[in-house]
Order: sequence, then C-alpha cells, then structure tokens
Amino acid sequence: MTAAGAVPPPPKELRHLVTPEGVDLRLRIGSAGERASAFLLDFTFIVVGLGIFTALVIACFWALASLGAPDLRSGIGSVVAVICLLGFFAVRNGYFIMFELSARAATPGKRILGLRVAARDGGRLTAEAVFARNAMREIEIFLPLTVLITSAAGATDPIGGWLILLGLVWTGGFTLFPLFNRDRLRIGDFVAGTWVVKSRRERLSIDLLDAVQAPNRERFAFTADQAGAYGIKELHVLEDVLRRRDAKTMAAVAERIRTKIVWRRADGETDADFLTAYYGALRARLETRLLFGHRRKDKFDKA
Amino acid sequence: MKELQLKSQRFRAEREADWRRLEGLLAKVENRSASSLSDDELLAIPVLYRSTLSSLSVARATSLDHSLIDYLEALSTRAYFFVYGARASFGQRIGRFFVETWPAAVKDLWRETLASFAITFGSALIGYLLVAHDPSWYGALFADNQGRDFTSTTAELRNTLYSSGGGGDMLAVAAAYLFQHNAQIAIFAFALGFAFCLPTALLLAQNGLMLGAFFALFVSRGLGFELGGWTFIHGVTELFAIILGGAAGFRIGWRVVFPGDRSRMDAAAAAGRSAAPVVAGVVLMLVVAGMLEGFARQLIQIDLARYAIAVATLIIWLGYFYTPRRPRTA
Repeated sequence: MTAAGAVPPPPKELRHLVTPEGVDLRLRIGSAGERASAFLLDFTFIVVGLGIFTALVIACFWALASLGAPDLRSGIGSVVAVICLLGFFAVRNGYFIMFELSARAATPGKRILGLRVAARDGGRLTAEAVFARNAMREIEIFLPLTVLITSAAGATDPIGGWLILLGLVWTGGFTLFPLFNRDRLRIGDFVAGTWVVKSRRERLSIDLLDAVQAPNRERFAFTADQAGAYGIKELHVLEDVLRRRDAKTMAAVAERIRTKIVWRRADGETDADFLTAYYGALRARLETRLLFGHRRKDKFDKA
Repeated sequence: MKELQLKSQRFRAEREADWRRLEGLLAKVENRSASSLSDDELLAIPVLYRSTLSSLSVARATSLDHSLIDYLEALSTRAYFFVYGARASFGQRIGRFFVETWPAAVKDLWRETLASFAITFGSALIGYLLVAHDPSWYGALFADNQGRDFTSTTAELRNTLYSSGGGGDMLAVAAAYLFQHNAQIAIFAFALGFAFCLPTALLLAQNGLMLGAFFALFVSRGLGFELGGWTFIHGVTELFAIILGGAAGFRIGWRVVFPGDRSRMDAAAAAGRSAAPVVAGVVLMLVVAGMLEGFARQLIQIDLARYAIAVATLIIWLGYFYTPRRPRTA
C-alpha cells in the first residue's frame, strides 16, 4: 500500500507531557516556520492597527476642532502626540502579553497557525513568564532592527562597516536562536521556561465502521487469513484513504488489497464498499487481537 | 437501529456525549472567558476532563480508530491547559502583584540591585571627576541636544533649570515621551542581561557617566545644589527604576552563566520568572517618574520643595520594597 498521508508525526516534534493523572498528552512543538509566520502576522496586525489608530485619533480631533472649539485647535498637536506615544508603547509591549494571558494563551497570529504558549514544566502559564518571554523581544527583534537601520545610515568607512557587520552577527544570533535548539525555543522562551506547542482543535469525525451497511457485511465475508493480512500501520493508512475519498487513490488501494488477499471482484462491487468492508474486517480482527495483548504493528509483524 | 459490532464502537457510543459536552464548554471558555460559565459548568469541566483523559487511555489501548485518538488527544490537551492553567481573575492578579509579588521580587534581587547601584553611581563619579578635571571630556560623554555645554553662560544654564516648558500642553507631551523612552530602555536593560550581563552593565555605566558629566558642568558654575533639586525630584524614581531594570538583567545573565545546582535551562527559566515582576513594576515606576518630570518639576520652582519631593519618593520606594512583611500563609 502506498503511504498516502496518515503519517504519524515524526518523533522530532513530539514531546511528552505527562499529566498528574499519568496520561501522556504527546504535545507537538511548533516548527520554526510556523513561529516565524505567526510573528509576521502579529507584526502586520500591529502595524496596520497602529496606522488605523493614529488616523482615527487625528480624525477625531480634527473633527472636534472644526466643529468650532477654537481653543482645542491649539492643543491638538500635543494631545495627538500624547495619545500616540502612549498608544504605541502600550501596543508594542502589551499586544503579546494581553493575548498570551488570555484563555487560549496565543496571539491572533498564533491562533491562525494553531499554536499556543505553554509552560515547559506542564504547570500553569504565569503572568511573570508571559511578561519575561515578551520583554526579551527587545533584543530578539528590535535590537537587530535598530542595528540594521543605523547601519543603513552610517556605513561609510570600512571600520564602521566591520563594526556593523559584527553587530549584525551578534544580534542576528539572538534572532536565530530558535534554529539552534530542538525545542525551537527563542530567548524569551528560554528565559521564561515556556515553549510554543501546537494547539489542535480536531473535530470528531464519524466512525468508519458506522458506514458499513448490513447487506454489505454479508456480501463481504472475509476469511481469517484475508482479514489478517495487514497490521495497524496499514489500517491507519486505509483509514486515511477512506476519509479522503479520493476516487483514484481508492481504486489503486483497492486493487492492491484485492491482489494481496486474493479477492475476486464481484459484479457491481464498488471500490468504496469493498474498502469500507475490508477496513471493518481488518479493524475487528486487529482490535480483538489487541484485547488479548497482541499489538500487530504492520504487515511484517508476525505476532 | 445502528448495530454496533466492535467494543471500540460501543465504547465511543457510550462516551461520546461527555466529550461533546466538554468540547462545548471549552469553546465557550476560549471564546469568551471563564466567568461566562455557570457554577455547574465550571465544576463539570474537571470531571469531564478526567473522564476524557481516561477515555484517551482506553482508546489508546483498545481502539484502532486513528482519528478518534487524535480527537481525544487534542481535546484532553485543551482541557488540561484549562484545568491546570491559571484562573485568577485579572483584578486578583493585579492586587496580588502590588501587595506581594512585586516587593518580594525586588527584595529578592537585592544583591543585583546593589551591583547595579554601584555601577551607576561609580560611573557617575568617574564621569564627574573626568569632566571636572578636563572639561573637554564633556562632549565625549554627553551629547546634549539642548545646547547645554561649557560654552553656555551661567544664566543660560540656570534658565534651563527653572524654565516651565512650553505651557500645559507641552508638559503632557514631554511626560509621555519621557515615560515611553525610559520604560523602553528599562525593558531593554532587562533583555540585554541575557547576553551575559555585560551590555546591561555598559548601559548603566553610560547612564551614570552622563549624569556625572552633567553635574560637573553645573557644579563648575556653582549650580550644583540647584541641579540636584532639578534632577532628583524625578530622578530618585527614575534612577531607582533603571537600576532595578539593570538588576533584573543581571539576575538572568548571571544565572545563565552560573546556573549552580540546576540545569542551565531551569536556572534561566527560574531567573526570568523571578525577575519579570520587577521589570513590570519598573514600567509603573517610570510612569510616576514621567509625571514628576513632566509636571511636578515644571510646576515647582523652589529648590527645597524639589528636594523634599525627592526625599519623600525615596522613603516611599525603600519602605515599600524593603520593609519586612509577614509571610502570607496561603
């Protein structure tokens, strides 16, 4: 059978979080690409939000002033300046903190990419940790940006150029920190004892066994050998194929199974019916064996 | 009627309602807040969480329905984060922060605070001596955009100490600007600590040198006492805040370099968490400093009154941070 999807997550991104009840929740670490995209999204939201905010503030006061409050007019500039200064500060530092302290522990960008912040030790995500991880952004993002901007202005003599290069390498190291550890921790995560994990919101889909109709169950009577031709790995691939319902793949997979278990195709037998029925039979067989303690990994497993 | 062949099918049919209920409650919490739940619902979540967790264990052991196990894993994880997550209300958190967390965190950093204090005032002294000895140092240490240097006349310098800015509106802008500028620097000093303390120390030293050079200029004109009032009315709060920000940075850098008994990861995380409240508080201190600098200093023109405020703020901060408190039994 071809391995079409349903690949178990590579152990590289799998982390074990054992709850106090003793169950392993098997968290998945957010990849560097997802983290970067989430940040870029958030960054865009902030910039656009601040732009709209500034425009609104200016428009409000302009409207007030033109409505005939002449003494307001002289103060407009400074009031707008105060509101903008404080607003920028609040957003730059507060956006991440407020969202990560909410029940979902994720900024809008992280939500879109299905990520959330969690304490590495499995405990509660404290306000201290959230504050610490976001304060570190100063040296991860804003310091390299500052170096970059000043370098654009001041790189005229060779020594200055070397210094700027040195500064970029040094500060770039902070930014690229997540690439150098397997948990994709950025400096903020390192210092706050947090990590960013996938927050999956799966829907409960139907049990494929419910799709097996009673008449089919009689029509497809597999022998014990036929039903036991495969192991759990193949069962999961088959499950995935059935859930996707891609006609081409189903035809190919059905053909291979028929060959393997030597099944003669009856008249009017569709691939979908055959595969669903075979899935039911295989799962019934493997689950029964499972109850007796035999977990047959794949078709090569002779257990 | 549906005919259930397998044990795993019957298992799912029996438990499914519970899972759906938990899913609904979690969606409600995540989209609004914990307070949107009734008491019954709030009490139901941990129970449903444990039953879902046991479903997950059973499913892993007996069911081969891959999507079911994925679903239960995701649902259990979401519920886990809610059940074991922090659920203090925002108001409670704020209250605890002022009564307990912040002063305790500051007190805990006393060693780093002393170091940070020594660096700031040590370099202030150096800056003072350098400039007092040779005024040409002044330009190297202090880049002033308001034209206060050794070419200014005494009268001009005196004027800068008692000018009242550009009227009420400009005061507010100045206060807002000073606050956000200084607060960003304090957060920056904290973050820089990660690079093994050194950049934080440099930042503090630079701050101190500037202060010293500035004093040397005014003292040379016999305006030392007046400058003291002008600086310390807000400077006590502001310098204290920046010293604390530096101290928080030192804590992190130090623990990353010398983790002690713990692993470097654990030590860094513990240091970050213990120092973070200090920095959050520093931002608040700088709000106060910005107000004092932007408003009080422009409105109060008498030296002794300025000194009185400086001393009062010092006593208040020291008392608030370092008065021994009875440990809370909780």
